[in-house]
Amino acid sequence: MKGLKIVVLAKQVPDTRNVGKDAMKADGTVNRAALPAIFNPEDLNALELALNIKDSNPGTTVTVLTMGPGRAAEILREAIYRGADNGVLLTDRAFAGADTLATSYALSRAIAKMDKVDLIIAGRQAIDGDTAQVGPQVAEKLNIPQITYAEEVISIKKEKLTVKRRIEGGIEIVEGKMPCVITVNNSAPDCRPRNVRRLMKYKHATTVSERQETDDDYIGMQNGREYLDIPEWTVNNIEADIIQLGLSGSPTKVKQIESVVFAAKESKKLTDSDKDIDWLMKELISNHTLG
Amino acid sequence: MANFYTDTPELKFHLEHPLMKKIVALKERNFADKNKFDYAPIDFEDAMDSYNQVLEVVGEICGDIIGPNAESVDAEGPKVEDGRVIYASGTEKNLDALVKAGLMGITLPREYNGLNFPIVPYIMAADMVSRADAGFVNIWGLQDCAETINEYASNEQKAKYLPRVCAGETMAMDLTEPDAGSDLQAVMLKATYSETDNCWYLNGVKRFITNGDGHISLVLARSEEGTSDGRGLSMFIYDKNDGGVTVRRIENKLGIKGSPTCELVFKNAKAELCGDRKMGLIKYVMALMNGARLGIAAQSVGVSEAAYREALSYAKERYQFGKPIIEFPAVYEMVALIKAKLDASRSLLYETSRFVDIYKTYMHIAEERQLEKEERDEMKKYQRMADMFTPLAKGLGSEFANQNAYDSLQIHGGSGFMKDYPIERIYRDARITSIYEGTTQLQVVAAIRGVTTGNLLKQIRDYEAAEIKPELHSYRRILISMTEEYEAAVEKVNGINNNEFTDFHARRMVEMAGNIVMGYLLVLDTDRDHNYWKSTEVFLKWARAANAQNSEFIKHSNINDLGKFKQN
Repeated sequence: MKGLKIVVLAKQVPDTRNVGKDAMKADGTVNRAALPAIFNPEDLNALELALNIKDSNPGTTVTVLTMGPGRAAEILREAIYRGADNGVLLTDRAFAGADTLATSYALSRAIAKMDKVDLIIAGRQAIDGDTAQVGPQVAEKLNIPQITYAEEVISIKKEKLTVKRRIEGGIEIVEGKMPCVITVNNSAPDCRPRNVRRLMKYKHATTVSERQETDDDYIGMQNGREYLDIPEWTVNNIEADIIQLGLSGSPTKVKQIESVVFAAKESKKLTDSDKDIDWLMKELISNHTLG
Repeated sequence: MANFYTDTPELKFHLEHPLMKKIVALKERNFADKNKFDYAPIDFEDAMDSYNQVLEVVGEICGDIIGPNAESVDAEGPKVEDGRVIYASGTEKNLDALVKAGLMGITLPREYNGLNFPIVPYIMAADMVSRADAGFVNIWGLQDCAETINEYASNEQKAKYLPRVCAGETMAMDLTEPDAGSDLQAVMLKATYSETDNCWYLNGVKRFITNGDGHISLVLARSEEGTSDGRGLSMFIYDKNDGGVTVRRIENKLGIKGSPTCELVFKNAKAELCGDRKMGLIKYVMALMNGARLGIAAQSVGVSEAAYREALSYAKERYQFGKPIIEFPAVYEMVALIKAKLDASRSLLYETSRFVDIYKTYMHIAEERQLEKEERDEMKKYQRMADMFTPLAKGLGSEFANQNAYDSLQIHGGSGFMKDYPIERIYRDARITSIYEGTTQLQVVAAIRGVTTGNLLKQIRDYEAAEIKPELHSYRRILISMTEEYEAAVEKVNGINNNEFTDFHARRMVEMAGNIVMGYLLVLDTDRDHNYWKSTEVFLKWARAANAQNSEFIKHSNINDLGKFKQN
């Protein structure tokens, strides 16, 4: 099997799993400054899935594509340390304020700009918005099939791939035809650690804006080391209808934001049956009391 | 989600020691690799940034993978099937993560795919891995043996084995036999040279071999027929791919249960001679042991760190008589003492590592070019200090680890005795540190020379002369009076001029010197970072009393005591 061209969609998100008391602003919006920016966890599962395919299909390349502000280049470097071949930062004021529709439009236009892509792999959802819409919408925009909630790619033969999906109450094995979009659950294997040789090789990799903004001593290193340039794409690099980007392309309008404080009101009576204990454990895990 | 590097700022503090500038410049030969290898640093700051970021990766793996696996590895343990070791499943996962992260061959040169890191950041990684799982650090830390190959093996052997270590193959050092433990001169494993096959074959039995089923093993064997002492021993490299060694059994141990301790049977096992014949014990084992001892010193500090954290968190959350028990003097004193001993032994560990770094790097440079006289003198000076400090760091650090684990378990009360808390495992794991790679008693034998020759005192005087902030002078005055007391004790013992009497008091004198050294190191740490003042205060309070006890013993002792202590 020849190598594949895989694009992993990733997002830099505020770490909502470690919420301190300053996490929300008085107006009910997320205080991004108080939360560390991290690689969206399920996008790491997606990256691992891609790297796993690369391991068993020599010649495969994994490109990570992210849309966001300049600092989102951080997660591209992290993805490269973990084994991705390269990354592309899609950044432009024209993308600002995008909802999932405008985001998936921009991402799909960027993918369309790349050489023939066989697989697009994304995390199921991001921990800031939890919509799980971007992956499927990208598939729709590109008019290709999608396999959501994937946990494992069982086999890839020619253009056909077999995927295990984790769905409510069980698993499902499905076949699909490439090119396609796969979204990955957090039940898929954790991403491999950063490789320290790659880290040392690529730690000076920067986008052109980063090089302009910082007073870094290592800018000279870029000469003769092309791999240290992280491509930065603006609206000019993709063929897109500007109306469909950013705020103007976003039908989602926030009407009101409410800061909900949970108060203990309801009670549920549990017995010592396995089923009830199982329920309780899952509840405690899902509300982050445990784990 | 824990990161054992970022949650322990002491590590970065020691990484940023002023002497690192010299160490990095030597190790990187003034950054000669920068255009040859894409992951080589281009200057000092770049190198330090790499160490820092790489240690962050280690810290993350320790916090997220190795630490959480420790309990199941301890319970499951390795097993033997068909003469081969099968690791506990958690051990496999730990190794897989470290190999994928590229954390093997950390100190080896880049030409063999190593990271070419100095010893200091490598020992920091060992410190963290040990805190996560003191049993696992053995398997991973045996990559140390590759240093001996790098120092003494032929270029062909280096090219054959070192890249494999960097790619993740594990190692073992096969020294001990049923009748050769502390006394390695008694090693009997037979090495015979076959003229027809043009190679060596090994036959015999080895015992207590950590990770004995590793891919590449260094084996001490008797190559000279008819000899019975250390001069008949040579060092060999055994490659598991060649076959001939089976694991007969693995020991059922008190602690470090995840680390397979093997009994090995060699049946015509093909092996390569490493270095020169007859130098096995005299030269190469000594080199191996010094590296291994530094590794155990790191393991001890990691165990102390783990013990301290368990003590602190339990003492804060356990309520009795209406308040957390850490508010009771009997408990907070114990916690403070654990912390002080932890900080003291860690400072000694990294001071020793720096000495080792400098002299070992000079040794490698000497293979590339002739050293200037100044450099040669410096190499000798640091080698002397490294040899003097290594047994102190291992001997005293491992005793502290045991004391700290004991006190931490004590703080847990009855709960500490149960399997419900990690401290019972830490307590069991601590116990081996003062036994293997030379018991504390043997570390004292190695360290006493520095006492009797006055070299340790000279080093203490150097610390005494260091410039420090005025507010720290009171600490120095305490240490000066402790030094006077130590000098009097040594003088008394030397005056008796009897070897057995010196041996009898050796441990007391070594402990006194070690406590003074650690005291000074903490003062110097406080000079660089004021946060160390508390550990310095607590340590000096404890050390002054401990030294006075030893001093009193010696003061009131004479040659007739020996007979009173001898058991018939």
